[in-house]
Amino acid sequence: MGNVLLDVRNLRTEFVTQDGVVHAVNGVTFALEEGETLGLVGESGSGKSVSMLTVMRLIPMPPGRIPSGEVIFQGQDLLKLSPEEMRQIRGNKIAMVFQDPMTSLNPVLTISTQITESLELHLGMSKDKARKRAVELLKMVNIPEAERRLDDYPHQFSGGMRQRVMIAMGLSCSPQLLIADEPTTALDVTIQAQITDIVKRLKSELGMAIIWITHDLGVIAGLADRINVMYSGYIVETAHTKEMFANPLHPYTVGLLGSIPRLDEGKKEKLTPIEGLPPDLVNMPTGCPFHDRCSFRTQKCLEENPPLMSVGVKHWSACWNYEAVREKRDEILHREILQPVTA
Amino acid sequence: MTYHHAPSPNDTRDAASSMTMEVQTKTGTAQSPKTTASTHDQTLLQVRNLKKYFPITQGILFQRQVADVKAVDGISFIVKQGETLGLVGESGCGKSTTGRTILQLYRPTEGQVVFRGKDLAMLKGEDLRKMRSDMQMIFQDPYASLNPRMTVGDIIAEPLEVHNIAKGKEKKERVQELLQIVGLNPYFVNRYPHEFSGGQRQRIGVARALAVNPDFIVCDEPISALDVSIQAQVINLLEELQDRFDLTYLFIAHDLSVVRHISDRVAVMYLGKIVELTDSRTLYANPLHPYTRALLSAVPIPDPIIEEKRERIILVGDVPSPVNPPKGCRFHTRCPLAIPICKEVAPEWRDVGNEHFVECHVV
Repeated sequence: MGNVLLDVRNLRTEFVTQDGVVHAVNGVTFALEEGETLGLVGESGSGKSVSMLTVMRLIPMPPGRIPSGEVIFQGQDLLKLSPEEMRQIRGNKIAMVFQDPMTSLNPVLTISTQITESLELHLGMSKDKARKRAVELLKMVNIPEAERRLDDYPHQFSGGMRQRVMIAMGLSCSPQLLIADEPTTALDVTIQAQITDIVKRLKSELGMAIIWITHDLGVIAGLADRINVMYSGYIVETAHTKEMFANPLHPYTVGLLGSIPRLDEGKKEKLTPIEGLPPDLVNMPTGCPFHDRCSFRTQKCLEENPPLMSVGVKHWSACWNYEAVREKRDEILHREILQPVTA
Repeated sequence: MTYHHAPSPNDTRDAASSMTMEVQTKTGTAQSPKTTASTHDQTLLQVRNLKKYFPITQGILFQRQVADVKAVDGISFIVKQGETLGLVGESGCGKSTTGRTILQLYRPTEGQVVFRGKDLAMLKGEDLRKMRSDMQMIFQDPYASLNPRMTVGDIIAEPLEVHNIAKGKEKKERVQELLQIVGLNPYFVNRYPHEFSGGQRQRIGVARALAVNPDFIVCDEPISALDVSIQAQVINLLEELQDRFDLTYLFIAHDLSVVRHISDRVAVMYLGKIVELTDSRTLYANPLHPYTRALLSAVPIPDPIIEEKRERIILVGDVPSPVNPPKGCRFHTRCPLAIPICKEVAPEWRDVGNEHFVECHVV
């Protein structure tokens, strides 16, 4: 810990479409330390996946383009690498696990072929050795009868098992960074618990850094060291996990927390939804992108887009009125919480 | 414009006398929207030993049945007038099939669905069609459940036409009123579904369900396709409408936090069976069935301090296939508390007190 592994500076990603230019990521800056778990929280269209696909250089260009930004990984700017150099990093030093385990595995190849591919390619292992390693990897993610299952095809696995296979593939070359894009969203909660349990264990065993993309504040509360909340292509708040949940200082973060029912809530209280819809990424509003839906809005919000401002210890919020948020948020977030049950 | 609104709770009749009852209450005189009444004691719907099997066939020309998918395999519960009963479970547990079988969108393989004293499973044709105006459904996917070639006005007006509720100017006014009720601009009548966001489309689905003044609505995962900030809008809308029109909901969802929030009572399903049913508070405070406990412990809570201290019950393996469900208790293959009898004998559905039902040998 302590050394910066990934340093993303002023990253922008746009897509040129028939309807105009979609501003998907609008100047994202953050750093990730070795061994750290970063949660990237936001709703659809907030730019959380696109920003990570940009880091992985997986944005098709055209229609995509990256007008500005640097992605410094271990001293190299990934955006300046040739496709060949990038291939050496992708799957080897940075691996990615996608949301949908049903479509991200190749249905006509066995699991064995798909796992050993990167082992042979990146680590130059022999077929035999790669196969042995594949069995180890499957055992690591709790696939029962790993030796026998190795020659099965993806359709012979359940959704949860496929996602575990994906994680095994992601981990195959012992990456320094694992990017997980909503890896549990398509799964049932009990299976989600199995997966997050495995990821937590592997993280402490292998010491890699993780970026976990999600829209689920519950999942991230138990996983991440630090959280970036994204809205319409901007990071609007960033803080350590406990600080973020105890002391949210952006109206959008407060809105998200106020709009989800909690499992342990007591008497039925009305949720506080965020009214309205996210802005159109083609015609972005002037000023703060959230002003349209914000109950803390002032004149300044319509005119000037707030930068991330330091609002506490390692805590930044992009809101002009964060002091007002601090004073009023408890009215929105107040809930009766039941005592946790002991299992 | 008037509301032809729902019959009052004391219209609930017992089985014997109601066979002659017709839907005359539907077309009754105008009523002001009702405020919430504590009418939770009367049974609106009773489900008895409901089963729904889907056949698996083999052969191309001569199809023969080789097995059954036992999607719902003998469940019993009641839904009380004015309440929300939550039905929660993981994918494939049969919760959606239950909702559809209750509405007779699937005909039950066995069992009874008694709605206001009538067994819906026995009704056919015109009689059943008439009953449908009392029972409606809100579907999961707001993108797939609205016909893309119809305007929003036509979508909402269709049930009014089918049930001969309103025509001409009256119909038009009713559609605009319904749009307003669900928080959409009445000016949108001539737009098409693709012009709306997911949350707005779900509101259209709600307006369509409300068009016929139903008493009972099956909400099948109505918010799971929506973004977090939009989910709360729809949850609040459903709650407001329930108060305003004295609706009874069967709320089907996989998200236990949402189900607990919206429901008065919650039924937990596993592999075609309801394993536990109790009020929302007890479900969290005193869950009895080992599956309920595992499910509760698996749901993440958005609070890092609580998450740090929580102990998870991690279930091993996956849900078995509903084609060959395990003998005895269906949960025994994954149950941390299983004892020998669980493998042999299916546990009974019993009341452990205060209408807390559970199906388990151990607890």
